[in-house]
Amino acid sequence: MRGAVRRPALLAPVGSLVMLCATVLVLRQLTPWNARERETLQSLSLASLPPLPPDPSNRVADDPRAVGLGHGLFFDTRLSSNGGVACASCHQPARNFTDGLPLARGLGRTSRKTMTVVGTAYSPWLFWDGRKDSLWSQALGPLESSVEHASGRMQVARVVAGHYGREYRALFGTPPDFSDTGRFPAAAGPAGTRAERRAWERMREEDREQVTRVFVNAGKAIAAYERRLRPAPSRFDRYVRAVLEGDRTGQAVLSRAEVAGVRLFVGKAGCTGCHSGPLFTNNDFHNTGVPARPGLPRDLGRALGARQVVKDEFGCLSPSSDAKPVDCPELRFLKTDGHELAGAFRVPTLRNVAGAAPYMHAGQFATLREVVEHYHRAPEAPAGRTELAPLGLSEREMDQLVAFLETLGGGVDAPPELLRAPPGRGK
Amino acid sequence: MRTAAKITPVGRSGRFARSKVWGALLGAVALVAGAGLVGARMASVPADLDTSAEQVTERGLYRVSYEPQGGSIPVGRLHTWTLRVTTPGGEPVGNASIRVDGDMPQHGHGLPTAPKVSRGSAPGEYRVDGVKFQMNGWWVMDFTVRAGAGEDTAHFNLWLP
Repeated sequence: MRGAVRRPALLAPVGSLVMLCATVLVLRQLTPWNARERETLQSLSLASLPPLPPDPSNRVADDPRAVGLGHGLFFDTRLSSNGGVACASCHQPARNFTDGLPLARGLGRTSRKTMTVVGTAYSPWLFWDGRKDSLWSQALGPLESSVEHASGRMQVARVVAGHYGREYRALFGTPPDFSDTGRFPAAAGPAGTRAERRAWERMREEDREQVTRVFVNAGKAIAAYERRLRPAPSRFDRYVRAVLEGDRTGQAVLSRAEVAGVRLFVGKAGCTGCHSGPLFTNNDFHNTGVPARPGLPRDLGRALGARQVVKDEFGCLSPSSDAKPVDCPELRFLKTDGHELAGAFRVPTLRNVAGAAPYMHAGQFATLREVVEHYHRAPEAPAGRTELAPLGLSEREMDQLVAFLETLGGGVDAPPELLRAPPGRGK
Repeated sequence: MRTAAKITPVGRSGRFARSKVWGALLGAVALVAGAGLVGARMASVPADLDTSAEQVTERGLYRVSYEPQGGSIPVGRLHTWTLRVTTPGGEPVGNASIRVDGDMPQHGHGLPTAPKVSRGSAPGEYRVDGVKFQMNGWWVMDFTVRAGAGEDTAHFNLWLP
């Protein structure tokens, strides 16, 4: 009986405390954004996206004719050794130009997840490790990779000259005549099979240069196409506009949980340190201690990528680039040493992130919830040292962060015809 | 990149150098403390963060000041700083070689770029190209000046909102 009498006396203060906490939580969610927070929200809004930066290394970057040629090449499976792989095989328009796989698959399997190409024209570095410094240079990598297109430089040049002669001529002049198989073998390239490499070495230097020129121009046209792919506004952007305009009704576009997620994202969880700006990325490299994917070799990320980009045959300072050295500041001031480069990977955009599963550089996490839990726990890194510290989030807060991330879907902002294969081509 | 321990104000080393035993003990303590800070990965921002754009170097050999091109420091964009190096008495220091280092004590990483220093347009002026900050927050920039009087380092705290 004594227990029965005392229980209400104990419950009363506990109940009050719970009520108080709940009230604080609700009030916090209803608190208007202060000036500093509004500034942060505005910086994340797509309306703050600056005009597309020029690419001096690609003189056709903004030529509509190059967009047309690049569009065709992007979907063309003839640019692969088995006739079955196009850029669009991994960069699928219906999946925000990714593939839904943990590791990209072409002729074989790569050791990294496919990154989206949407909005990447804003990044000075491409790939998870930034081993490329332009969209056109990036586009050339998979074409010669033995586990992706494996097409060989000669094959790409021949397809471009043979099937896109008119479009090519309008942009770059008459393509070379590759019909003499004595000078231009069926399969040759500096990165192919041993037979292809030997065939490439046996070619005259001026013939190799002709092939490389067409190969490079193909990359520049693909880049012109990719530059047109930008993220479209999301519910989050509509919310920010409503906040900035003081439109209370408009703010209902986000639920209470989603708004709480926004607060955590820009506040307690500290996500905007790296996921900043309208594309939710600082386009830099960070070690966030993502676990290694079993079965893959140790991945040092940026530590290797920074050294590779310096030596890249198709870098901004290379003879294939249209830029003057002064136009390549990122490469001129590139950092190649520093412990923080070990195990650091490029910060991906969070635009359309809900449809981009699985996550991280090797698809280590299946869901956004797993990603958030990782940042919450901040485990030690498998290579280098993690920059994270535990976040101390509650289960509910993690749900709210996920809810917010799901508001960033808006699809791709591009003419509809660019989001499907050109008539009569590919998928 | 430096650890958070490295930015601790220095200047007492002479006192302890008298005894090798003290030196060894101090080294061990510093190592443990440094490891602890690195392990925690979080150096808290000092309440009285001195963000002055003019500093005297550690050993008092030089006075160094900086000015970002355009007046304010952008985040996420390559830009240029102008450094002015003088003696403590205000005489310009020319022909100095200057090393740049920067890091975020709270995040365990440094600058995303390798800035380059060249001679500026006036005596004692130097141009630092390729400066970039990829995150907002607390940064520490170090300029190690080597000139006639010797080598000495100036530390600057930045708070990028």
